[in-house]
Amino acid sequence: MTDRSSIQKDALLVTVKSSLGRVLPQIVAIITAFIVGALVLIATGYSPVDVYAAMIQGAFGDVYGVGQTLTQATPIIFTALAFLFSFKCGLFNIGAEGQLIVGGFAAALVGISLDGLPAPLHIALALFAGALAGGAWGFLPGFLKVRFGAHEVITTMMFSYIATYLTSYFVNYPFKAPGWVAQTVPIANSAQLPRILQPTQLSAAILVAVAMAGAVYVILQKTTLGYEVRTSGLNPSAAESGGIKVKRVMVLAFVISGAIAGLGGAGEILGVHYRFIQGFSPGYGFDGLAVALVGGLNPIGVLLAAVLFGALRSGGMLMTRATHVPLDIVIIIQALVIIFVAAPSFIKYLIRWRVRSRV
Amino acid sequence: MNIFDIVNVGLFAAAIRMATPIALAALGGIFSERVGVVNIGLEGMMLMGAFSGVLVSYYTTNPWLGVLFAIVVGGALGLIHAIISVGLKGDQIVSGTGINIFALGFTAYASEVVWGSRGASSNVASLGVIDIPILSDIPIVGDILGSHTPIVYIMIVVIALAQVLLFKTPFGLRLRAVGEHPAAADTAGINVNRMKYIGVIVSGMLAGLAGVFLSLGHLSLFSWGMTGGRGFIALAAMIFGGWVPLGTFGASLLFGLADALQMRLQSMGVLPSQIILMLPYIITVIVLAGVVRKTRQPSDYKPYDKG
Repeated sequence: MTDRSSIQKDALLVTVKSSLGRVLPQIVAIITAFIVGALVLIATGYSPVDVYAAMIQGAFGDVYGVGQTLTQATPIIFTALAFLFSFKCGLFNIGAEGQLIVGGFAAALVGISLDGLPAPLHIALALFAGALAGGAWGFLPGFLKVRFGAHEVITTMMFSYIATYLTSYFVNYPFKAPGWVAQTVPIANSAQLPRILQPTQLSAAILVAVAMAGAVYVILQKTTLGYEVRTSGLNPSAAESGGIKVKRVMVLAFVISGAIAGLGGAGEILGVHYRFIQGFSPGYGFDGLAVALVGGLNPIGVLLAAVLFGALRSGGMLMTRATHVPLDIVIIIQALVIIFVAAPSFIKYLIRWRVRSRV
Repeated sequence: MNIFDIVNVGLFAAAIRMATPIALAALGGIFSERVGVVNIGLEGMMLMGAFSGVLVSYYTTNPWLGVLFAIVVGGALGLIHAIISVGLKGDQIVSGTGINIFALGFTAYASEVVWGSRGASSNVASLGVIDIPILSDIPIVGDILGSHTPIVYIMIVVIALAQVLLFKTPFGLRLRAVGEHPAAADTAGINVNRMKYIGVIVSGMLAGLAGVFLSLGHLSLFSWGMTGGRGFIALAAMIFGGWVPLGTFGASLLFGLADALQMRLQSMGVLPSQIILMLPYIITVIVLAGVVRKTRQPSDYKPYDKG
C-alpha cells in the first residue's frame, strides 16, 4: 500500500519535473526579455521597477485591469492558433495580421447589412463571414506556394500590406461612414457579441477563442486531417509516399490558419469596436507568432501565453499614462521574447550556467 | 493627361533611386543565403539602419557618420542573427521575425524618447545630391543617371564588386561552397561557421546601408515603419535574380520602377492612394509566383554539424 503510493508520488514528481522542463526554457526566455527590457529603460532614463510595477498594476490590479487584459488576449489567442496550425504543417504563416484585418472587415459588412435577423443567427453569420474572408486570404499564399513555389514568408507579408491598404481604401471611399474618421457605420445591435464583464470590453469572443483552442487541439491530435497536417510538417516526402496529398493538405492548413485569424478579426469588430475602424489592430498578428512560440506550440500553452501578452498590452496602457514611458517598450520586450525563444540552446546554456554557479 | 506625363526620364531616374534600397538589401540577402542562412530580418535591419543614421546625423550634423553608424548597427544585428542561427543552431525564420519586430518597437520607442514622437524624427542633415561630371551633361542618360544621392552610385559599385567577389575570387568560391556543400567545404579545410558568420554580418551591413539610403539619401528624416516591406521585396528580388548580384540588380530595377510608378501616380492623384500603394506588393507576389520555379536555391539552409 505504502509502496504503491510512493510509486505514484514518484510518478507524479517525474511528470511535474518533465512538464517543468518543457516550460522552463519559455519562462527563462520571458524573464531574460524583461531583464533586457529593463536595461533599455535604464539606458533611456526610466526606472524599470516603477515601469514594471505600473504595468502589473494596470494589467492585474483590479477587475477592470483583468478584464482589459483578457480583452487584449482574445485576438492574440486566435492569431497564435493560426500561426500554430500552419507551423504544425511546416508552414510559416506570418501574415495573420492581414487575415485578421480582412476577417474583421467581412464581419463588419455582414454586421451592418443583415439588420433584422435574430441575434444568434446574425452573430453566427458575421463570424462565419470573418472566417471565410480570413480563409480566402490564407488560401492565396498557400496556393501560390504549392502551385508556383512562391515562398510563403514573403507572400504572407505582402498580402498583409495589401489587406491593410485594401480595407483602408474601403473605409475611406465606398464604405466610409460620414465624418472624419476612416471607419464604417456601426454594425446592427443584433450582430454585437455580448459583453461578459461590464464595464470592461471583454466580450463573448473570448469564449469562442477558448473553444477554438480546444478545436485546434482536437483537430491536430484526434483527426485524420490533423495526422496528415502533422506528418506533412514533420516529413513531407515520407507523408507523400505514405499516400498523403501533401500539397492539398498544405493549402488546407493555410485556409484553416487564415480562417482562425479571420475569426479573431471578426471577434474584435463584433465584440469590441462594433464597426470596422482603419488600423484597429495594433499588431495582433505578430503578437500571435510570439505567443504561439512562447506557448510551446500547443493550444493550452497558447492560452496561458496569450494572457501574458494581453497583460503586456493592457498593462502597457496604464504604464504609459503613469510613467510616460513610450508604449513601444511592450513591443521591444515581445520581440526579445521571440529572439530568445528562437535559440533554445541559449536558454538551456543559461539554465545550466545558473545551476553550475549555484554549486 | 497623356502617357508621357507618367512615363518620362523623371520616372526612370526615380526607378534607379527606388531600386537602390532594394538592390542593397537584396545583395545582403545573397550574402546570407549563399552561406546557407535565410535572412528574413533584412526588413528590421534596414529599419534600424534608417533610424541610427538619422540619430547620428541629428547629434553630429554629419550625415556620413550616420551612414557609417547605420552600417555598423546593421552588422551588429547580422551578428546577432548569426549567433542565433549559426552558433546556437536556432530557428532562422523565428530569429529574423524577432529582429523585424524588435526594430519596429525599438525605433518607435527611441524616436519618442529622442524627438517626442513615435511617428517621425526632426529633419536632419542629409546626404543631398551629387552631379557626376560629364555623365550628367549627356542628354536623357544624364537626366536618368547623372545626378543622385551618393548611395545610388555606391550601390552600383557594390553590386559590381560583389559580382566579382562571389564568382571570380577564391574567397567567393569558399563562401558559396559553405552554403552549397558545407561538409565538402569543411573537408577542404574551410572554417564553415566562420564563413557563415562573415556572410550574415555582411548581409546586415548591406541592409543597414539600404535603410540609411531611405532616411538620409532619399529623405532627411526617420519615420515609423519607413522601410514599408522593402526588406521582403528585396528577398523577392534576390530570388528573381537567381541569387546572383547582377541578376538581382535587374530585378531590383523592376521593383524600383514599380515603386517610382506608385509615387508618380500618387502625386498625380488619378486613383485613391490606397489602391496605388498596393501596387509594389501585388507586383512582388506576381513576380514570385511567375518566376520562382525556374530558379534553384543555393543552399538547404541547415545549420552545419561537424560530424
